[in-house]
Amino acid sequence: MTVQSAETAWERMLLEREIERFLYDEAAMLDERRFSDWGDLLAEDIHYHMPIRRNVKFGEQHRENTDTESEISWFDEGKRTLMGRVRQLNTGVHWPEEPFSRVRHIITNVRVLAVDGDEVEVSSNFFVWSNRLRDECVMFIGTRNDILRRDSETGWKIAKRLILLDQNVLLAKVFSTFF
Amino acid sequence: MVTYIKGRGDRNLRDLVDLETGVVSREVYVNEDIYAQELEQIYGRAWLLVGHESQVENPGDFVLGRMGEEEVILTRDRKGQIHVFLNTCRHRGMKVCRYDDGNALVFTCPFHAWTYDTDGRLVGVPHHHDAYFDELDKSQWGLAEVAQMCNYYGSIWATWDPKAPSFEDYLGPFKQTVRWAFQASDGTDAGVELYKPAQRWRLPSNWKFGAFSFAGDSAHAAMTHLSVNAAAIGPQGEVEGGGRHPLAAPFPSKRGYMSSRELGHVGQLAIYEQPGVADYRDTWLLEPGVDDYWRETREIKKQKFANEFLHMQSDGQFHIWPNATMSDWRILMWHPHGVGMTESWRQYQVDKNAPKHVKDAKRRYVMRYCGPAGITESDDMENWNYAHPASLGMVAQRYPYNFQLGLHHNHYDERIPGVTIGDRGPSEENQRARLRRWVEFMEAGSWDDIFPVRKNGKSNGKPRGGNGISSSW
Ligand code: FES
Ligand SMILES: [Fe+2]
Repeated sequence: MTVQSAETAWERMLLEREIERFLYDEAAMLDERRFSDWGDLLAEDIHYHMPIRRNVKFGEQHRENTDTESEISWFDEGKRTLMGRVRQLNTGVHWPEEPFSRVRHIITNVRVLAVDGDEVEVSSNFFVWSNRLRDECVMFIGTRNDILRRDSETGWKIAKRLILLDQNVLLAKVFSTFF
Repeated sequence: MVTYIKGRGDRNLRDLVDLETGVVSREVYVNEDIYAQELEQIYGRAWLLVGHESQVENPGDFVLGRMGEEEVILTRDRKGQIHVFLNTCRHRGMKVCRYDDGNALVFTCPFHAWTYDTDGRLVGVPHHHDAYFDELDKSQWGLAEVAQMCNYYGSIWATWDPKAPSFEDYLGPFKQTVRWAFQASDGTDAGVELYKPAQRWRLPSNWKFGAFSFAGDSAHAAMTHLSVNAAAIGPQGEVEGGGRHPLAAPFPSKRGYMSSRELGHVGQLAIYEQPGVADYRDTWLLEPGVDDYWRETREIKKQKFANEFLHMQSDGQFHIWPNATMSDWRILMWHPHGVGMTESWRQYQVDKNAPKHVKDAKRRYVMRYCGPAGITESDDMENWNYAHPASLGMVAQRYPYNFQLGLHHNHYDERIPGVTIGDRGPSEENQRARLRRWVEFMEAGSWDDIFPVRKNGKSNGKPRGGNGISSSW
């Protein structure tokens, strides 16, 4: 870490605090099933990507996560289909979420990595717990790398989200929440 | 041979599957002893889909696959020959390959460093000279290789049973159907590659819930997939109400259920009233330039097959006994993973020669449609998941499953030999055909008992005595 002036450190702390609050509010929207509100946080040009994680040989770590250019991922899409998923969740007949699961997003280790004009690059870890019907429990642990964009009128928007889920063969039967 | 199941009183398997009345005991799906027998009787014997040659394009390429519960390595050796090996060291059993895919000169076991060539030969054993005294015969201790392998238009199939019939004979009337699944959109044979890698995930339910439902349970779609149209995931977006399938031009044909009662392969495919191929209808309305490619390849296909009836070779999906479901755009594998767990795999074909923007558009469509994040498939998972535990109870098992939809309403059609046809609405005939083959495999002492089966509707002359299953259900 480089030595910063008191003013810079203060500004940085405020920014980090603001970003943390944004990510916590976002998590609350998902946990409280306010999916349409969550959709409003997505930039029109969002890229939402959850690669598949490979077991690769030492030295081939660049191949560990499937790429968006030519390979298959778990999620690799933009706002149109994400909003389709929101509409599906709101039908009341999307069976893996009817009745709704009890989902909790625990967001931690929030770090602002870079600031570039209106955009900030943020890394955070997640622990998503889902408990369903009588006794079905699923957990997802991983990390996210976001580009958040400041919109002077409507607040922060998610312009890019890379989700690295720490699993190879997925140990859940579906993804029925967002990350 | 009569096969009994352990548990509550010894009963014949045939008592559990009554296809004359369409009533099947829940134990067939949830009983642990029956499951253990399935691994041996079905997965130790049948031809299984392992992968595709595009996964191992270059010498030394490998990718892990699965046959039943066990992991295999699909590899191309340095001479270019494709092999399928069990992923276990012959010394003390360690996995010799723990990378999902890659390129290897040799497989060196991380336990005591026995080393195998990509053609399976054991080529290196530490202390071979100074402590094995050159007495270990390396030629006897290569990787365990499948008994038979077949590269069928690019798809790789294998069996552990040296006495299994040839893969073509195994397919019977579904030969053309499998061939079609690996044709490019212009009709070129072996014209596709697979996107990489496979999606693999665990579904807590017996493998037969998924495997026997696909290509045979169209009755589920209206209810199970009620929410899908809201998402408008088809390539046409919200046009015509946002269906999940691409738009297609009508062509004089009828969708039917085709079942090979003898072989257990089934399909939901088209029977044509006239030869040829339908016109292309623009459907990739959200992705500029993509329709141009499909339109051009369709023109080529139309010319190629102008005078052919493409019965069972287009439009729909099919299932190759025991656990491979496919169509011309996706492959669904249902690997047994314990009596109450399935490891589900999805892979997707695309024309090898398609331009990048076409490959990208199709790739994004399959990802939003299929798999555990698939807007369509996620609904199926919930139903298959909970059908299993709700069938486990002591009382629940007194109440058999009902497979009576369309019972006794299939017929033969001379245009399409070797299969029976159900074309009067939803039917569970295709599920009954698989259950029929299931009983035969579970009872068989060897392939001699289950093959050759009756060809072209004629008996092979072998008595199949006392089976209690009428040939006219
Ligand atoms: S287990 Fe592989 S070398 Fe011993
Ligand atoms: Fe379905």
